Amino acid sequence: MGSRQLRDDTTVFAGVGVPLLAAVLAQHRHAPRLTLVIEGGIIAPRIEPGRLPISTNEMRAARHATMLPGITDTFLLAQRGFLDCGFIGGAQIDRHGNLNTSAIGRDYWKPTVRLPGSGGANDIVSLCKEVIVLTLHERRRFVETVDFVTSPGYLAGGDSRQQAGLLFGRVSRVVTTLGLFSFDPDDKRLRLDALHPGVTRDAVAAETGFEVLMAERVEATEPPAEDELSLLRAIDPERRFLA
Amino acid sequence: MAGAAPWDFREARRRLETKPKSSGEKLSSVEDAALRVRDGDTVAAGGCLFSRTPMALVREILRQRRRRLTLVRNLMCTEGELMMVAGAVEKVVTAWMSIGLPWGVSKIMREHVESGRVPLEEWSHLALGLRFHAAAMGVPFLPTLTMLGSDLMGVGGTQTLRCPYTGETLALVPALFPDVALLHVHRADRFGNCQIDGYPHMDADIARAASTVLVTAEEIIPEAEVRRHPDRTAIPGFMVDAVAHAPFGSFPHECYGLYEADFDHFGEYVAAIDASGSRAVGDYLDRFVYGPATHAEYLERFGRERLARQAGRARELVG
Repeated sequence: MGSRQLRDDTTVFAGVGVPLLAAVLAQHRHAPRLTLVIEGGIIAPRIEPGRLPISTNEMRAARHATMLPGITDTFLLAQRGFLDCGFIGGAQIDRHGNLNTSAIGRDYWKPTVRLPGSGGANDIVSLCKEVIVLTLHERRRFVETVDFVTSPGYLAGGDSRQQAGLLFGRVSRVVTTLGLFSFDPDDKRLRLDALHPGVTRDAVAAETGFEVLMAERVEATEPPAEDELSLLRAIDPERRFLA
Repeated sequence: MAGAAPWDFREARRRLETKPKSSGEKLSSVEDAALRVRDGDTVAAGGCLFSRTPMALVREILRQRRRRLTLVRNLMCTEGELMMVAGAVEKVVTAWMSIGLPWGVSKIMREHVESGRVPLEEWSHLALGLRFHAAAMGVPFLPTLTMLGSDLMGVGGTQTLRCPYTGETLALVPALFPDVALLHVHRADRFGNCQIDGYPHMDADIARAASTVLVTAEEIIPEAEVRRHPDRTAIPGFMVDAVAHAPFGSFPHECYGLYEADFDHFGEYVAAIDASGSRAVGDYLDRFVYGPATHAEYLERFGRERLARQAGRARELVG
């Protein structure tokens, strides 16, 4: 589903795992001139089917790349405006698309659960033109308020993102295991646009810790086509990242 | 810098000005190089996650039982866990810490951070890179558009500024001048001129930012070879205080083109932690860090065949 959001003749900042699968699938299917940029300082690798990297800083991720810039330089490409799309996930997400991958609990310095941290997620959400969030849809993730804003979505909604100085990027889509979401154009609240086949609105409500807005017409997502599935299975034959 | 703020560019400059910047001999043993690290130092490690980590230097620092270190690294991996369990660090500064996707959230990090024993100061990946870059430039901060509006701003006390030209809000990330840089490179000559293959990560900035630069190299090459390809020098010799020959100096992490990270070894390490928590890391330290007296003895625990297998995989991956 994430893959279909990627357009040809664009650039994508992709992390390892599902985002990379989505980007490689798009390259093979409808976006042959899509350039992958990887956080570890890698431009345009040719990810080999069956040899997916597990880190953004390893030789599998750099295979047949066209350039290996430094990490700071790589992120500065996004700050300059060269990155059209970025993918991120998160342990917690709230109604305004703010993400937490840092710490669960009230005290940052002594958290209940310490998570790995931002890595490049904050930079991707702050600097790419458009960001797609890919996540499992579970009530413990979709919370009223995140305990810590690692990666800002629309902060408190409205124009608070711009007010904070984040002038360029935006979270355009949230793709979950239940459906496809975007944000209401005015108050920037999460809005259901389409449900995956067999999923009900009630199921979304049950797995979401806040009220989800509904698009005027909630569509049904197109299930993965046979060629998408077979490509995905070829890219990830060991099912490292596919369900 | 003991007593000085990490962004104190005047103090950092003073330290460089009073330090010899020799183009002379820098060859040293790993043991002697590591002796330059003092208790309480802020130590920045090069590479990224499990790539080109200066593991031989990290192990030697642990053997020398350094204490109260602040470890800075953009993405932290097993080196951070070893330092935590060994009691060598009082704080870590990073953008992300665990081992890698397949091994989940680091249990060792969770235990040490959640208990408040080792504070984890988090920055975004770019912000930490810009902190090194500001220091490499000799200025106290750099303006950026990242981290704005997030709670990461409060963690490290990042200030904002209304841009005097455009009126927009900018984040000002403070420079980070480490006391010591630990770097592992592909090649160096005996004067410390360093060459790096593959992804350069943040090593060149870290070398410029630090007061003391300690390097291990896979290979020591003749000066003539450096002079034949000066475009390949990432770090000039006058910045470097000590360079030690350490083949497989990143192992069990990877070195681009030379050997792949030993994922089987990671797997065994994590399985032991899953079974018995940080005690397993204590046993690991005895076996792989305190046990072997030197880097060469450490490599013997793996054997030639294992190392050759990892080298073969790397050749295939960059082929």
